[in-house]
Amino acid sequence: MQRVEVSLLPHMPDARGRSLERDIYDLGISSVNRVRVLDVYYFDGNVTPEEVETLCREALTDTLTQEYRIGPGSYDTIDGDSFSYEVTYNAGVEDPVEDSILKTIADLGITSINTVKTATRYELYGNPTQAELKTICSRLLVNPTVQHIVTGELSEPPKAPEYEFELKTVEVLGSNDEMLKRIAGELGFSQDEIKTIQDYYASLGRNPTDAELETLAQTWSEHCGHKTFKARFNFNETVIDGLLASTIMRATKELDKPWCLSVFKDNAGVISFDDEWALAFKVETHNHPSAIEPYGGAATGLGGCVRDILGTGLSARPIASTDVFCLGLPEMPYEDLPEGSLHPRRIFKGVKSGVADYGNRLGIPTVNGAVLFDRRYTANPLVYCGTVGLLPQWAADTGQQKPGDLIVVVGGRTGRDGIHGVTFASTELNYTSTDEAQSSVQIGNPITEKKVIDAILEARDKKLFSRITDCGGGGFSSAIGEMGENTGARVYLDRVPLKYAGLSYTEIWISESQERMLLAVPPECFDELAEICQREGTEATVIGEFSDDKMLKLYYQDNLVCELDMQFLHHGIPRLELEATYIPREQPNPPYEGTLEPARALKEVLSSWNTCSKEWVIRQYDHEVQGGSVLKPLAGRHNDGPMDGAVIQPVPGSKKGIIITNGINPAYGDIDPYWMAASAIEEALRQVIAVGGSLDRVALLDNFSWGSSRRAESLGALVRACQACYDLAIAFETPFISGKDSLNNEYEHEGRLLSIPHTLLISALAVIEDTSTVISADFKKAGNLIYLVGSTLDEMGGSEYFKVLGLSGGKVPRVFVLKALDIMQRLSKATREKMLESCHDLSDGGLGAGIAEMAFAGDLGAHIKLGNVPLEGAVTKDDIILFSQSNSRFLCEVVPEKAAEFEKLLYGTEFGCIGSIEDTGKLKITGTIGEEIMNEPVSNLKRAWQEPLKW
Amino acid sequence: MVKTFKPEVLIIRAPGTNCDYETAFAFEEAGAEISRIHISQLVEKSLKMSNYQILVLPGGFTYGDDITGGRIMGNEIRLKLKDDIDRFISSGGLILGICNGFQVMTNAGILPGKKQRVSLTGNDSGRFECRWVHLAVNPSSNCVFTQGIERLYLPVANSEGKLVADENKLNSLNAALYYCTEAGTRPAAFPDNPSGSLNDIAGISDETGRVFGMMPHPERHIRQNQHPRWTRGEASHPGDGFKVFTNAVEWVKRL
Repeated sequence: MQRVEVSLLPHMPDARGRSLERDIYDLGISSVNRVRVLDVYYFDGNVTPEEVETLCREALTDTLTQEYRIGPGSYDTIDGDSFSYEVTYNAGVEDPVEDSILKTIADLGITSINTVKTATRYELYGNPTQAELKTICSRLLVNPTVQHIVTGELSEPPKAPEYEFELKTVEVLGSNDEMLKRIAGELGFSQDEIKTIQDYYASLGRNPTDAELETLAQTWSEHCGHKTFKARFNFNETVIDGLLASTIMRATKELDKPWCLSVFKDNAGVISFDDEWALAFKVETHNHPSAIEPYGGAATGLGGCVRDILGTGLSARPIASTDVFCLGLPEMPYEDLPEGSLHPRRIFKGVKSGVADYGNRLGIPTVNGAVLFDRRYTANPLVYCGTVGLLPQWAADTGQQKPGDLIVVVGGRTGRDGIHGVTFASTELNYTSTDEAQSSVQIGNPITEKKVIDAILEARDKKLFSRITDCGGGGFSSAIGEMGENTGARVYLDRVPLKYAGLSYTEIWISESQERMLLAVPPECFDELAEICQREGTEATVIGEFSDDKMLKLYYQDNLVCELDMQFLHHGIPRLELEATYIPREQPNPPYEGTLEPARALKEVLSSWNTCSKEWVIRQYDHEVQGGSVLKPLAGRHNDGPMDGAVIQPVPGSKKGIIITNGINPAYGDIDPYWMAASAIEEALRQVIAVGGSLDRVALLDNFSWGSSRRAESLGALVRACQACYDLAIAFETPFISGKDSLNNEYEHEGRLLSIPHTLLISALAVIEDTSTVISADFKKAGNLIYLVGSTLDEMGGSEYFKVLGLSGGKVPRVFVLKALDIMQRLSKATREKMLESCHDLSDGGLGAGIAEMAFAGDLGAHIKLGNVPLEGAVTKDDIILFSQSNSRFLCEVVPEKAAEFEKLLYGTEFGCIGSIEDTGKLKITGTIGEEIMNEPVSNLKRAWQEPLKW
Repeated sequence: MVKTFKPEVLIIRAPGTNCDYETAFAFEEAGAEISRIHISQLVEKSLKMSNYQILVLPGGFTYGDDITGGRIMGNEIRLKLKDDIDRFISSGGLILGICNGFQVMTNAGILPGKKQRVSLTGNDSGRFECRWVHLAVNPSSNCVFTQGIERLYLPVANSEGKLVADENKLNSLNAALYYCTEAGTRPAAFPDNPSGSLNDIAGISDETGRVFGMMPHPERHIRQNQHPRWTRGEASHPGDGFKVFTNAVEWVKRL
């Protein structure tokens, strides 16, 4: 084993070192005064010293900026005042860099190197205590789920043990209740389910094989089967026969829009874009993996969502991504962290980097997103990854294979990744025996995925496959099981290309290795497909064929290891019966007095974690790649003001565009889940309108992240949220086209069950005929008038202002659908006829935050009068007018010459001309009784908004 | 009818290239004929560089930018295609490298040429920076791609965009493009110079002026509404970046 250490020349700035210095300081440790970060490479093989020199000079080192040293390192030792640690991936975690280094080694003509491993070396200077070093290692340097510290000379990796075939069956027929319970517990079956399985196998007169039980477990899991959403609910004494079918899907069915091309049946929903093109849209959660390994969890979350898009219809090209994170509070004291949880700050940095590194490398612009913070997300952070795809109309529908079509896997090789969660974690060993080498979280390799995308899109255009899907949760077992439902399938598991030897047939079958797609390929097309894949540097392998017997048959070295009836696999699952209750809680505003001075309140609202600028994240995502950008996440006079939605032109040369927005309001759910869901939908649609779109063609996605899926109150909240989804979708005529759920986001801490706030993310995808009508949210010109459209109510529940004041309760914003629809339609007409100079929807922080954002985005001042704000009901205080988060409100900038025309258009709705734009550089607010309540430099407001996340 | 001559552009992809489509579109709009090919087709000699007049290395993360940006594809070109590239340049062809393509060119030894060396290394901020930058063209450079241009406004998107060279060699580079302030002045500090690039250099040419590498993305600003402030009436059509492509196409047409 040869070791090479590459470091920056002393005069080069070490950005990674500096960033770590800051992180260490943030931990409250001031005894480390300098950090160096070095790259380390290990090479295994019979390599000559000359070859190592060549490799160092010509591949590993940039001699203008770096130097190298060949030889062993010092480990975990004190050398003068420096402490060094070398961190490397655990065995079984794929090192994403290995492949490319091996390629360049081959290009250099060096043939003697078999494997490459990389490590990162940290040298800390100063006088930290042992306890401080331990803290730095565990909180910043090492995540034992995927990494460990090298503590000595790396030995040769042990040879993987050969796997010897042995058919395993599980004793189900002769099992008593106790034994059945144990089997059910291991595989995640309910009592009902395992009984059904026992009866089924009793009728066959044999026991199931392990592969059969695993297949049933995967297919019947909540993740794949959405049991809760399909269940029969007993809700407040009424019966709901299938929650999804009777709410969200029902709305789509009733609306029956001809532009909905494929809904709720494929890996993503598909709508029509123009005569030639269609759009696929999907948002996924990847919560649990991101909690334990934020970087890899978020990266593979995005990778999985992209594969969903690639596996929709006959494959779509990913054109834009959207990411939403819900995290614990960044300032949380370390001593309050639940055991086993990573600190929110670390999770934030990790998921941000995971999305950036994966998305940027794939060349998919991350155009939109949100980051929300709540203490209750600490142990269960939520990571939503969404992707839009573009596909030809002819490819919009799910394909259908014919019996005899080949089952082909394209992409990465299969390893033990993701099999049965975490059983492997080691901080001490250098190479753990490969027998145990498995990890539930992978780092992901975006370049492997990029090769797959390039190959598959070319194959699609040459019509080389009849159907496609991705290998996600459950691996081949769900992908092939699902694809073969209408035909039957025969799979030869020994033909699957493996990363390393030693996998059993069942492991191959259920492995969740990343970056694999599954295709049905007519036999005459396979050679051409294989040729394309080879050219793109990826593999296509035939692992079986589709049959016509509606049976799922798996073979390993000619032994039949699974023979399952597709009917039983897909329809044998007993229906869940669930109890759900909901008791509405009317909550008056809590009493509060001596409120904050308005300017200070506004600055605190603007600098709250939810409201503050996310520029730190946004700039690290490539949101321009593919060149489609029309409205960016940040725009305005200095390109740094917040915009309401992303607009892109997906087809080069066409002015037709799409708008992507997200609505999410978990704080409202604490008070009323119905209005939380309604508000999320209305917010997503409001943003579509605010950037210049219309409701003519808007598709929605629902993404539920919920607490318990068995407690009646939690399910009651779920039912209420789903009912809101139905009501609002029908009212706005905006169908749902796909969705996803992640249930049981709960965590036991010190004997108490902590649940996340019930969280519903609504994502909207709107088509806009002509992007030249798009408007931004930044003020354009002094002298222009400011209109507030829509009424303000006393709806302070869940508001940022109440959070700043430390208050809970209050009335949550409702949606008055007819009024909302009317306002949206009129404003949409106003933007189409170019009456508006800017428009911004009011959401977190209400009117105060909205007006401030428009002002600093445009680098202009303004004067508004709260007395001109249209109110509804009893609204008695200025701070309520300023910070209520009532829905269906928009701030609009209009040139004085168009004021009459605009007012005429709005006639009959609630609106008020609340002031005008000024070049004073100050935001001046006159209260309802005519006195000045604020006159604050806009630059101060902007600073308050930008400061918190300047990391 | 007279058939207009269309210059032939060869866009070379490798695993991880991801700006090839929009770069192809920009050249198409500029009046060129495009072939988008995989580098393996050149390495295996199934395709000849000499059939083309313009060669393009687009942006992306070739081979994941593993080790460092553009290193592995740069090595591949240097070790497998050097003779073809040398012949292509000496016979009068144009080469454009954008972002990762520029990194590939410096690693392959194509830029700055004449056995000089520059590197594109990690940004001073330590971060990936996706932002719009003001650029000033060096009027005394013979770079074909920047002729007739004074200023450009384009996005950058990279984490390794800082150009470094030996101090005594820095001033002898054929720098064609500099980062500057909104007013057009230099030196430019962060974020005007988003990477900390020495001498504010954003793009360099070889001595012939026909081989050019730049970190900003001209293909991301060829239409008006890609400009971040088009809604403020600050942009015109076509976008600033378009001239880089028409310059190349027109130059070939004039031959």
